[in-house]
Amino acid sequence: MPAINETLGQYSELFMLLAAGTYTVAFIAFAWDLAKSSKTFQAVDLKAAASSTSEKVSVAAGRVGAALSGADAGGPAGRAERPTSGLTHAGGTAAGDMKYTAERRVPARVAVALTVLGVLIHGAGVVTRALGAGRVPWGNMYEFLTTGAFVAVAVFLITLIRRDLRFLGTFVLGLAIIMLVAASVSFFTPVGHLVPALQSYWLIIHVSIAVLSSALFTLTFAMSVLQLLQSYRQKNLSAGRNDNLAFMSVVPNALSLENLSYRINAIAFIGWTFTLMFGAIWAEKAWGRFWGWDPKEVWTFVIWVVYAGYLHARATRGWTGTRAAWLSIVGYACVIINFTLVNTVFNGLHSYSGL
Amino acid sequence: MSESVKAKKKSPSAGSIKAAEGKLQQAKSDAAVPVLGFKGMLRWAWTQLTSMRTALFLLLLLAVGAVPGSLFPQRAANPVTVTEWIKNNPATGPFLDALQMFDVYSSAWFSAIYILLFISLIGCVTPRAIAHYKAMKSQPPRTPKRLSRLPEYGTLALPADAGIPASKAINDAAGLLKKRGYRVDVRDADGALPSLGAERGFLKEVGNLVFHTSLIGVLVSVAIGGLFGYSGQRILVEGETFVNTLVGYDQFTPGTNFQSSSLQPYSVRLDKFQATFDRESPKKTGQPIDYTAEVTTKENPDAPEQKEVLKVNDPISLGGTSLYLTGNGYAPVVTVRDGDGNVAFQGPVTAKVQGANYYSSVVIKVPDGTPDQLGFNGFFLPTAFESEQGISFSADPALANPQLNLDSYYGDLGLDEGTPQNVFELDVKNLTQLNGRKLEAGGIVLGLGQTATLPEGKGSITFDSVKKYIGVDIHHNPGQLYALIFGLLAVGGLMVSLYVNRRRVWVRTGTHEDGRTMVEYGLLARGEDHRLAGEAAALRELFAREWNIPESPEPPAPRTVSSSTSKDQ
Repeated sequence: MPAINETLGQYSELFMLLAAGTYTVAFIAFAWDLAKSSKTFQAVDLKAAASSTSEKVSVAAGRVGAALSGADAGGPAGRAERPTSGLTHAGGTAAGDMKYTAERRVPARVAVALTVLGVLIHGAGVVTRALGAGRVPWGNMYEFLTTGAFVAVAVFLITLIRRDLRFLGTFVLGLAIIMLVAASVSFFTPVGHLVPALQSYWLIIHVSIAVLSSALFTLTFAMSVLQLLQSYRQKNLSAGRNDNLAFMSVVPNALSLENLSYRINAIAFIGWTFTLMFGAIWAEKAWGRFWGWDPKEVWTFVIWVVYAGYLHARATRGWTGTRAAWLSIVGYACVIINFTLVNTVFNGLHSYSGL
Repeated sequence: MSESVKAKKKSPSAGSIKAAEGKLQQAKSDAAVPVLGFKGMLRWAWTQLTSMRTALFLLLLLAVGAVPGSLFPQRAANPVTVTEWIKNNPATGPFLDALQMFDVYSSAWFSAIYILLFISLIGCVTPRAIAHYKAMKSQPPRTPKRLSRLPEYGTLALPADAGIPASKAINDAAGLLKKRGYRVDVRDADGALPSLGAERGFLKEVGNLVFHTSLIGVLVSVAIGGLFGYSGQRILVEGETFVNTLVGYDQFTPGTNFQSSSLQPYSVRLDKFQATFDRESPKKTGQPIDYTAEVTTKENPDAPEQKEVLKVNDPISLGGTSLYLTGNGYAPVVTVRDGDGNVAFQGPVTAKVQGANYYSSVVIKVPDGTPDQLGFNGFFLPTAFESEQGISFSADPALANPQLNLDSYYGDLGLDEGTPQNVFELDVKNLTQLNGRKLEAGGIVLGLGQTATLPEGKGSITFDSVKKYIGVDIHHNPGQLYALIFGLLAVGGLMVSLYVNRRRVWVRTGTHEDGRTMVEYGLLARGEDHRLAGEAAALRELFAREWNIPESPEPPAPRTVSSSTSKDQ
């Protein structure tokens, strides 16, 4: 067992504080972006409304060219009317495909740059913590929170490479800040060895997948909340009422949010299935039974069932859209309960992992 | 509601509304009752149960139903805590017990939920499996009249001088699609408008079915474990041997169909137990960092001895069972002499860990004492320390200053009647106290090697040495391996069902008046498929390469449509 290095542990604490500070500035920049960009987008909408009449004419013209007789091979004009089309900023919402557009959003760029800086510092904190303890940095609540926040921000930044999800920035960073603050205020634990029960390679496999899946669930939770807000706003707008959630114009339409969060939830669900299975295998190794309805097992099961329900809801008429979003939110609430209450309040075999 | 509104519109007078409503009710009951007989009821119930909506409802109900098991202590895991809980909450305890809140996972209502869910699952999976089998054997569906209505659609024009007639074009397309894993059916190849239907991704539904069927498999495996498995506990002091027979266990939980003949008489002797404590980090000093038990095992009484190491997270397998290191503690060795001066008890006493740093309770029962039976209870402290208030506590988990603090009793221990007793509790009802804090003689405080003489010539007790003990859990679960296999199958099926896409492609070719061969194609996905547009683009590229058409300016995917519109703005 490698020796504890307390100096590295202290460096790690410093890095965590610096990361939290950087995230706070990035959070402000993301909030600024929401406020500023929504104004820009509203201006774009006004312009679009003026030119929409001409657009309709061109679509109608394209439809005339029927399949085989159409000599100009301009067939698929009908595509524009399909719901999957990713029209930029249609109906007061951002592009449904969540691709980057030509608009320059300076505050958002500043925010992303700061987040990258923050995640690098945060990563240094996680690595020094691991080196200081000579093991994986997820053996107690303090480490779950600090490493979990790091993974959440890192996953967010990775998805940013392919999709413009910068509208989630305030949420993800806000959560990361809360996690880091909670870690250092309520759950601070100096670097130390693991108790024998946690000394297993399953700790590396089981917990890392759990943390990664939770990070993905975090993203989809944010999307589902935005989806509910956006669908309320879209209803309002189409009814001709005032836009009382103007900042939501940076956010894509409800359907696109739902589709993307479904895809991420599907990945996270597979991850959670592995979490549950590997947990069962570890439980068999450690306690002699692969399933014993320990509070942690109960809640891991509950989360699995709720997200299974979510996946089924997407295939059930009348349960898509708003209801599915609520299921995703309920699922995430269970993730939070599993992480907080079950580790600290409920009396079970996983209690030692906390404090 | 809506019917009565309609009636109102038709006839303004109040009397006729009532008449109309009455007629309506009459008509409704006439229509409903005779058709829906008992069989019909059953069919209706079955359709309801196997509907997706019901499955979803049961699934969510299962999640809600599982929660109370984490809120209340459960008998299966901790029967003592449940008894205490009910005793401490006399108002709610019996009521919750009647609702089976302390046996949630074996309760009637929880069982009802999951059994209904699994029936619903079977009722859903079976017809789907049959339908899918048929679909796999049948040809792709007929070509739709208007391919342009499909979510992905495109056209290609082959120049007249290329010399590719419509019939060749359709066969080329068929070949390309076959290579791409599609099942292809060409229709009317030599007609004016030849077409083909193609389909792929049958594995998606197979994965889905495997996933759901494997869940049934997991449930059955768990049931097998409950029927034929067993588990038990045994405390082993250094030097002691456990033999795998029913009497060898301190506690034994057999499965429903357990037979004692299935116990293989292997043996395990604990040679040495070593606990290592953290001495490095100042804030966590004394935290355990390693438990190692050195044991000697024999597969059966005649087999050769084998040295093995038992650790937490590292069980040993023996005779179809697995042995787990689940606890440990100290066992002070004492010698008790009775009033006649004979050794009435000698040996280790397992001290039950109660608090920090192995602060443990000790109970010694000496039924062989003459003229009086003797009993002791108190505490064992591995590193005894006395606070300023005079309260003894253990300052460290290691044996720095081992100490026994005991009260002593004499009289009838109640062991002679044969009623089973808890070895960790001393029933003092029929006993007379000899030593104690409040008595004149005071409590017994023994350091290592010290002897205390009991008052009134009742005997003496000597604290000889300290041994260590381990708690061992022994499990046999024949369903375990199957549960793992089905679990892996389930997750494999899940991944296949989520990431294989079932797609249909139709291609139709024809000859234009100017001699060009026109090709149109359309794609349709079954279920969620966000990569359908990508597939359409890939097919377009394949076709274009096959027929040597320079890629037309037509956008391959709708995404480009959006970017072009954004430029317009």
